Amino acid sequence: MSVLVGKDTRLLVQGITGSAGAFHAKQMIEYGTQVVSGVTPGRAGETFEGKVPVFDTVAQAVKATGANASVIFVPPPGAADAILEAFDAGLALVTCITEGIPVGDMLAVRRVLEGLKGKTRLIGPNCPGVITPGACKIGIMPGHIHKAGHIGVVSRSGTLTYEAVGQLTALGIGQSTCIGIGGDPVGGMDFVDCLELFQADADTHGVILIGEIGGGAEERAARFIKEKMNKPVAAFIAGTTAPPGKRMGHAGAIIAGGKGTAAEKIKALEAAGARVAPTPSDMASTLATMMKK
Amino acid sequence: MKIHEYQAKQIFARYGLPIPRGIPAFSVDEAETAAKTLAHETGSPVVVVKAQIHAGGRGKGGGVKVAKGGAAEARELASKILGMQLVTHQTGPEGQKVRRLYIEQGLDIARELYLGAVIDRDRRRVAFMASTEGGVEIEKVAAETPEKILTVHVDPTVGLAGYQARELAFGLGLGKKETLGKFVKLLRQLYDVVMREDCSLCEINPLVVTRGNDVVALDAKINLDDNAEFRHPEWKDLEDRDEEDPVELEAKAAGLNYVSLDGNVGCLVNGAGLAMATMDIIKHFGAGHGVAPANFLDVGGGANQEQVTKAFKMILRSPKVKAIFVNIFGGIMKCDVIANGVVAAARELGLTVPLVVRLEGTNVELGRKILNESGLAIQAASTMADGAQKVVAAVGGGR
Repeated sequence: MSVLVGKDTRLLVQGITGSAGAFHAKQMIEYGTQVVSGVTPGRAGETFEGKVPVFDTVAQAVKATGANASVIFVPPPGAADAILEAFDAGLALVTCITEGIPVGDMLAVRRVLEGLKGKTRLIGPNCPGVITPGACKIGIMPGHIHKAGHIGVVSRSGTLTYEAVGQLTALGIGQSTCIGIGGDPVGGMDFVDCLELFQADADTHGVILIGEIGGGAEERAARFIKEKMNKPVAAFIAGTTAPPGKRMGHAGAIIAGGKGTAAEKIKALEAAGARVAPTPSDMASTLATMMKK
Repeated sequence: MKIHEYQAKQIFARYGLPIPRGIPAFSVDEAETAAKTLAHETGSPVVVVKAQIHAGGRGKGGGVKVAKGGAAEARELASKILGMQLVTHQTGPEGQKVRRLYIEQGLDIARELYLGAVIDRDRRRVAFMASTEGGVEIEKVAAETPEKILTVHVDPTVGLAGYQARELAFGLGLGKKETLGKFVKLLRQLYDVVMREDCSLCEINPLVVTRGNDVVALDAKINLDDNAEFRHPEWKDLEDRDEEDPVELEAKAAGLNYVSLDGNVGCLVNGAGLAMATMDIIKHFGAGHGVAPANFLDVGGGANQEQVTKAFKMILRSPKVKAIFVNIFGGIMKCDVIANGVVAAARELGLTVPLVVRLEGTNVELGRKILNESGLAIQAASTMADGAQKVVAAVGGGR
């Protein structure tokens, strides 16, 4: 068991003929993900790596190959449109890796997503993707650092997710599913959406949550942990030392008007019963200590 | 990306938003000429001399002055403001040098209000915020008297609805027929600015009501969404390089994410979250020893060797850097690429400060081999914590 993706996931790659799309499509196939089709407008009829058929539209690809999830590597100017096309084709899960989509575009995407009432889930944009170790990898994370097991990981940051996973695997602790929700101010699934899935998943026994400065998503997660969760949650919040008003790489990672500080988020999470790792080096060990009890 | 008030007002003007008459000036002579022109156009000698820097709080810092006595007085004020180090609550204690002025007509002000449009990331909507408490720091109003801020959220499929604009108008006491239509029109124009010009923030503080019942944007602040740069070639002309940190500009040109900080440990990291966490862990172990990060630097996921070399050189050149911490968890980014980039930069510029490297992830063995065989004095670290403690010790903090 796991959440969102598994052995039955049939993946479609939007932007499969671009350099990033092609590179990662190959990596995902090597990991064992069922990549059933690709989409690049104007390139229908080609095959990728001699076996994955390419289509002009997502609808055609879904009809012909039974894809139920898509991953998007389309550059920023066309990325929001690619997400909308995937929504329209009725896919259950859409993961957008693209970094640098204008927030104005994402406001419209988000509005359409809300109208779908949960029929489709969106992960990202500006994220590493989602992986169920040993079963299905969607995105750009290094597959080899993962190990199948029972810990869910959800994070706003890419490499910090790898850091947490690497620590878990080094301790011999496997993961059920790892979800990188992305660092943009407006996107799809947030912490609460992921925690809901982990709480309901019998095979997930504990969770690592990695947040960062900016916005109020960690505070909402804290409320959910307090009210709805009985599984241990270890957390880390990046940006304790970040100066206000400066954008720390992610468009979302900015302390504005005194809101969204790490201190506020840590306080909320600890009050909810989560344990916050004192340094980013202690994420897995903090959870391991909680699991023993 | 931030732009100046006068540039924001030029954008406002294109959308028909009411602004006072004004002329940008880059010298004292230009300021005097501008004041004369304005006096001639408006029939009043009163002008306002406004420092143009990217930080807010200019008035309180002494960067905005009224000249009631005409062009000669405007000239005198301009000579005082131009070139001054303007310190505001947003500039930091060193302040920002004033290089540009905006000379604006004086208005007969009856009321000062606040109006702002931002992306509300929690609601995932554009939020319009308005308050009767204009002309002061809105953060203060939000903290002390949040009930005085009115907010409406805009559905992107319909845009700002008339009833929402009226709700704000009535809340601000602009419901009478002399002002209602003017304010509703201004709000709609402002929404168009936000969406079409890809603003991440658009603020008018104060929005004023004149004694003649006109509603006018007396100030204008726009932040542009950097992600939308690809569809705004005109933004190149709005950039003011004097307002930016030169090292940050150099980094941006090289496709790197760099933010200067006050500490003494140079950091080179892949990924924004890991880069922030690296700053945090240095501070965690170094706080009692005067050790802190000198920069935030994310080389990104797909950097090539040239970019890594460039990034490492930028750190090496900084005089405040007393030690360097390279912290990499390779995903797409391969450890050998990082190692080659670091070695190339260190060979070219010479390594004069201690270097601690922590490598993990894709091609880690190859990366470590390259570093080992380079002959450089590198301290290898096994974990982030180990690396941070080593770099703190290297600066003299002890373990």
